[in-house]
Amino acid sequence: MSDVLLEVKNLTRTFDVSLPWLNRVIERQERQFLRAVDDVSFEIRRGETFALVGESGSGKSTIAKMVVGLLKASDGEIHFDGTPMDVNSSAAMTQLRSRFQMIFQSPFASLNPRWRVRDVIAEPMKAFGTVDGKAAIDKRVDELLDLVGLGASDAGKFPHEFSGGQRQRIAIARALSSNPEFIVCDEPTSALDVSVQAQILNLMRDLQDELGLTYLFISHDLSVVRHMANRIGVLYLGALVETADGKELFNAPRHPYTRMLLEAVPDLDMTGKEHTVVKGEIPNPISPPPGCTFHPRCQYVADRCRSEIPVPVPTPTGEAKCFAVEEGRI
Amino acid sequence: MDDVLLSVRDLVVQFPTRGGILTALDGISFDIKRGEVLGVVGESGAGKSMTGAAIIGLIEPPGRIAGGQIHLDGERIDNLSMDDMRAIRGRRIAMVFQDPLTSLNPLFTIAEQLVETIQTHMAVSAREARERSIALLDDVGIPAASRRIDDYPHQFSGGMRQRVVIALALAAEPDLVIADEPTTALDVSVQAQIIDVLKRLCSERGASVMLITHDMGVIAETADRVAVLYAGRLAEIGPVRDVIKDALHPYTHGLMGSIPTLAQEDDRLVQIPGSMPRLTDIPQGCAFNPRCDRVFDRCRIERPEPIPHGTRQVACWLYDEQQIKAAE
Repeated sequence: MSDVLLEVKNLTRTFDVSLPWLNRVIERQERQFLRAVDDVSFEIRRGETFALVGESGSGKSTIAKMVVGLLKASDGEIHFDGTPMDVNSSAAMTQLRSRFQMIFQSPFASLNPRWRVRDVIAEPMKAFGTVDGKAAIDKRVDELLDLVGLGASDAGKFPHEFSGGQRQRIAIARALSSNPEFIVCDEPTSALDVSVQAQILNLMRDLQDELGLTYLFISHDLSVVRHMANRIGVLYLGALVETADGKELFNAPRHPYTRMLLEAVPDLDMTGKEHTVVKGEIPNPISPPPGCTFHPRCQYVADRCRSEIPVPVPTPTGEAKCFAVEEGRI
Repeated sequence: MDDVLLSVRDLVVQFPTRGGILTALDGISFDIKRGEVLGVVGESGAGKSMTGAAIIGLIEPPGRIAGGQIHLDGERIDNLSMDDMRAIRGRRIAMVFQDPLTSLNPLFTIAEQLVETIQTHMAVSAREARERSIALLDDVGIPAASRRIDDYPHQFSGGMRQRVVIALALAAEPDLVIADEPTTALDVSVQAQIIDVLKRLCSERGASVMLITHDMGVIAETADRVAVLYAGRLAEIGPVRDVIKDALHPYTHGLMGSIPTLAQEDDRLVQIPGSMPRLTDIPQGCAFNPRCDRVFDRCRIERPEPIPHGTRQVACWLYDEQQIKAAE
């Protein structure tokens, strides 16, 4: 059994965003493609939390969807526990699916309002046939509710009777019901208030320790990521610009974009340090800038960055895609 | 007390519902001084936005201000007629909403919207209004303002749209800008830019700001004082540094501990058990008492009013004189 649970190699996803063909003919336009995910590779070891951070449009959720097989990759491979994932083979996917689950951002949209909590949580068990018999399923539902901090009496209620945080607990119980090893969490707390967010984050860490889960944790919030992740990948315009161990990334960020993101986080400790305000915004992903896609906003830009595409260079605990890092300028 | 721009006293906002009267704001009092940035924080349903809506007179019927007074510059504004309020809204109190896409009209260019706003509130010619608009867009940091002014909202990115909204809010040189979650819909790098613009322009123009947000980080960077709301009541109000570094109210204390920060090593987050009560179901006594770890008998019976404590006011029996004496 190897140490690596999930391996993603050169994953790419393009979306066709062309105008209808008639418009293209009349307006003499080319087909247009949006590269939402661009040659992304990473590994997640067993029992670890790997986080992907990035701003909107950086491809975080697209990667999550491809990892769980909800979206086909345009190119590249995903290996789960050494087995390549083949989205076209439904038999193989069904087998794999019981081993990974997903927690979505909005617990208001991810629970069927007409189903009782018992049925919501029992569905994966029925679908994968992991637990047989109504009595056994009910018993397992009660156990799961208890595990996520709700009571067995909540099983008969409907989702609308719960607050946002409680609903997210139900979503977690559902994700756990097929005994998965791996859970993809796509912004699991961004719809919640901070005090509730703290409850959910603590719960997720306790469950990880208790059940030995592996997480792919997706978030735009660097403070949350710092709290949860062992390893972190920073996405910019669909490409992984830096990967590093959690502590290392926050103590010694390499890539200029990572530095910028850390710089932009409001400072709750009120040290009174001056911010260098970040320039510009994320460019349109349909026509990304040539060379390094970050160069128009980068303060370390050189001629080479404008024309050549950087390749990953090793850093103490990971790698970074940046010429300035490669040349030792920063 | 000439430097107080806005004073809110015992504000009560109620909504009649089928299940009885729902009290969304229950006896809130605070002042905003001239040129001051007051942060208002709280979780969803705490009454942050409702406070803003009450001040600017935009509470949706059947909701109504059921008690208390709001004074702007010494003049009472909570009981004005629709027309009188309209003269104040936009001119003396302006508002920046959370979602910049819905606060701009998609069918009009930025120029048309800005010029209309300026001409509504000021007696200037169309040409002058347009020149002012361009200057405003320049101020909020829109590149090539004179060219982009004739664009439609959809041609701007989220961050740029929020800059336009800020320009609109500042168009009539208001005394008070109410910013309701102005950066919540934006990415963190853009958020820093917008906060910077809002802070700089308001201090240049001497406008006061009421910054409503759930993000303590934004408050820490921006506000002079902060008011913490819980279940429609004021829990604590005071200078930002004091409240953040040394929270008095147990709720504020828990709230601060539950925020993951970049500096913190990876210990567990403090968590407040349970969640905020529904407004129809507020417990007797202090609204926070079922979740509070320092609760005692009095909290379950009597409701605490804000008690002055140093630079701050805190609605908690722990800071009542009798209680302090008894503890000693």
